[in-house]
Amino acid sequence: MSELLASLRDLTVTYAAEQGTHLALDGLDLDIVKGERLAVIGESGSGKSTLALALGGLLPPETHIEGSIGWPGFAAQPQPGLDIGFVFQDAGASLNPVIAVGRQITEIARLHLGLSRRKARERARALLARVRIPDPDTALAAFPHQLSGGQRQRVAIAAAIAAKPSLLIADEATSALDTIVQAEIVALLDELVRAEGMTLIFITHDIALASGFADRIVVLRDARLVETGPTAALLGAPKQAYTAKLLASHIGLDTPPLVAGEPA
Amino acid sequence: MNRALRLLRRRLVSSIPVLLIVIVGAFFLLELAPGDAADAYLLSIGGGDPALVQALRQSYGLEGSAGARLWLYLTSLARLDLGWSVIFNRPISDLILERLPNTLWLMGSAVALSFTVGSLLGIVAGSKPGSWGDRLLSTGSLALYAVPSFWLGLVLIVLFSVQLRWFPTSGIETIASGKEGLARARDIAWHLALPVAALGFIYLALFLRMMRTGMAEAWRQDYALAARARGLGHRRIAVFHIARNALLPLVTMLGLQAASMLGGSVVIESVFAIPGFGRLAHEAVAGRDAPLLTGIILVSTVLVILVNLAVDMAYALLDPRVGANEVAA
Amino acid sequence: MNVFKRLLRSPAGAAGLALLALLALAALCAPLLFPGDPLAIAGPPLTPPFTDPAFPLGTDRLGRNVLAGLFHGAQASLAVGLAAAAVSIVAGALVGTVAGFAGGLVDEALMRVVDAFQTVPGFLLALAFVSVAGASLAVVILAIALGAWTGPARLARAEVLSIRERDYVAAARIIGMHPAEIALREVLPNALPPVLALAAVIVGNAVLIESALSFLGLGDPNIVTWGSMISEGRNVLRSAPFLSIVPGIGLVVTVLGVYLLAEELADALATRKARP
Repeated sequence: MSELLASLRDLTVTYAAEQGTHLALDGLDLDIVKGERLAVIGESGSGKSTLALALGGLLPPETHIEGSIGWPGFAAQPQPGLDIGFVFQDAGASLNPVIAVGRQITEIARLHLGLSRRKARERARALLARVRIPDPDTALAAFPHQLSGGQRQRVAIAAAIAAKPSLLIADEATSALDTIVQAEIVALLDELVRAEGMTLIFITHDIALASGFADRIVVLRDARLVETGPTAALLGAPKQAYTAKLLASHIGLDTPPLVAGEPA
Repeated sequence: MNRALRLLRRRLVSSIPVLLIVIVGAFFLLELAPGDAADAYLLSIGGGDPALVQALRQSYGLEGSAGARLWLYLTSLARLDLGWSVIFNRPISDLILERLPNTLWLMGSAVALSFTVGSLLGIVAGSKPGSWGDRLLSTGSLALYAVPSFWLGLVLIVLFSVQLRWFPTSGIETIASGKEGLARARDIAWHLALPVAALGFIYLALFLRMMRTGMAEAWRQDYALAARARGLGHRRIAVFHIARNALLPLVTMLGLQAASMLGGSVVIESVFAIPGFGRLAHEAVAGRDAPLLTGIILVSTVLVILVNLAVDMAYALLDPRVGANEVAA
Repeated sequence: MNVFKRLLRSPAGAAGLALLALLALAALCAPLLFPGDPLAIAGPPLTPPFTDPAFPLGTDRLGRNVLAGLFHGAQASLAVGLAAAAVSIVAGALVGTVAGFAGGLVDEALMRVVDAFQTVPGFLLALAFVSVAGASLAVVILAIALGAWTGPARLARAEVLSIRERDYVAAARIIGMHPAEIALREVLPNALPPVLALAAVIVGNAVLIESALSFLGLGDPNIVTWGSMISEGRNVLRSAPFLSIVPGIGLVVTVLGVYLLAEELADALATRKARP
């Protein structure tokens, strides 16, 4: 249970801004356990998206990074796409608008799994069925604008898990969707992660959404880590005033969780 | 394909008022110009007495009101009759049909050259915005874009025809060479090399700059980051994901530049003495042949409309989003 | 003034400004340095450049001073470019504002006219206009503007449409200002900055079109222009290529300066707009 996947020590990220620099993460220490579902919560500007990009090695080249990200859970430096899958906030923007959905998924399967064109297409079809896209054969030839917001996010998830990564990072993956679709996508992520034994990092500003299915919660504020702990403990007895405030502003204690998952 | 056809129909309908406005404008141009069809005919038969002039005017319908004359003009245009050229003493439609292919070859080759080379170099520059190669190409293309095409043509003649003697200075093919088939095609290509370069280089610079800007813009889009997150290589993202999106505005620009390119070919054909459509315009102006010039303007307008239709179709093929919401529009 | 400072700071903008300043200086100094008609015969014909100190850039086929022509040509190019841009922007901005404000049928009709002018090759239109109206400086300016006013018209209309719905226009309407007054006092000044950015591009194009017209012998015959110098030199292209090449360099420098400036201007305006 407590085998470490990643270990962040004193991670500090600064962006070059118009005037001087902008500190996006300030001395972050965090361990990520293999197989856990970790929710990273914070308001915009708290550094949560920077954390996601830093884990994937996707920060822009002009970013200044200090500290270390160790990967004891991997034999070598994990590769984005192959070892780490990403789901972004706006699937409408993160899918290429002029390329058919099927090709965007087969591209990944061919690159990382070395599949033939035909095999990759079969895999894409299976993936679309796996994320419960109705009529996957038609969807393969569809362009992103022809799908609904929820379907697009399902496609983005299929693309993210196409190469069977062991870590899935969802960066505000549901915040652009309406509440019902949001719940469906969270349920899908939850189910996929369980079935495939993936580790999930779920980044959100919505503490209610996270509390429904995360094992552990990390709270970030102004580039710093505020508090971390198992979901039940953190929600029941927040140690920091900020966490308590965040909880108070988002949910009454009697609000039922959006997703009926049992906290592990 | 239904989508593209719907779009085609809509564009065809919207180009009708444009064509009508241009025809009315052309009519006024003819009215303003000294002389009319009767004078032109008289000139061609070597003059005549006032009685003949009067009779001719009557038979041509030139005595009627301006409205009647406009109606006459419209009906003759509908029969594809563009009138009679004073200086060539021939039907204008024959002249234009004879000259048009040369211009289409010139323009087509210039478009092909500028579009392919321009967008390829744009991909090179835009795959690493801000890099050394990017700066060189961007600055170079801006300088090239500032060059007047006719002057570039003269410089090319001085360099490659007068100094190096690689290419001929003028004409579309070797006169009375008796060449046929492939040999003739090679001869024409050899003659067109410099004019195509002179006309195409300016647009090459334009396309390069647009492609570069479009690529820099596309790199900032979410799908570029998402492609990196999927582990795709830099080159793969640049060519397969970024360039495809950056190409779209270029296609639009191709349509927008069709008119300017036709104008540019007037000067280029004059520089290289290519017996084309543009040179015909220059000859019409020099000979004060208003009907011929008007006919040229009308035909070039139709040509621009046709090019734009083709461009719209190409765009619809490249961008699946176009026309998808036609029902709403 | 912020925009101006920015222009000076960026290397491209500063280079553009420097080139144009140099040209303006040449244009202004032309009558002082080379008094008299630059079209008059000044010396022996076809003096090669750098041989006679009296004619640093040599003389043409008729013995006219090339350097004097170059200086006076700068005057013609800049004057035509600026005037044509001014005419097309004023005309285009007016049409665009009227179309944007009136809406409905008026808008539809005006925009179809804009479409028509954009479909006809502008250079052919200029040729036709000059050939009917006769070649003079004013006619050449109008002929160029005829093909260039559509850009400003579209831009002005788009700006008006976007500004029309904003609060201060609504406020002006509530206090009972006449639509024409609103257009003139509130909307037009706000729509102007992006139109000005377009202006620079139009100046560059106008200089190029003017040179092409003169090259084809359709410029004002009484003034010396770079285009007419190139055309004149073309007759002796084999023996004295410099006669055509030198004035062309003047053209390239002018247009390049304008484009560099236009590019920086557009960038500066874009960042100003992006700022909330």
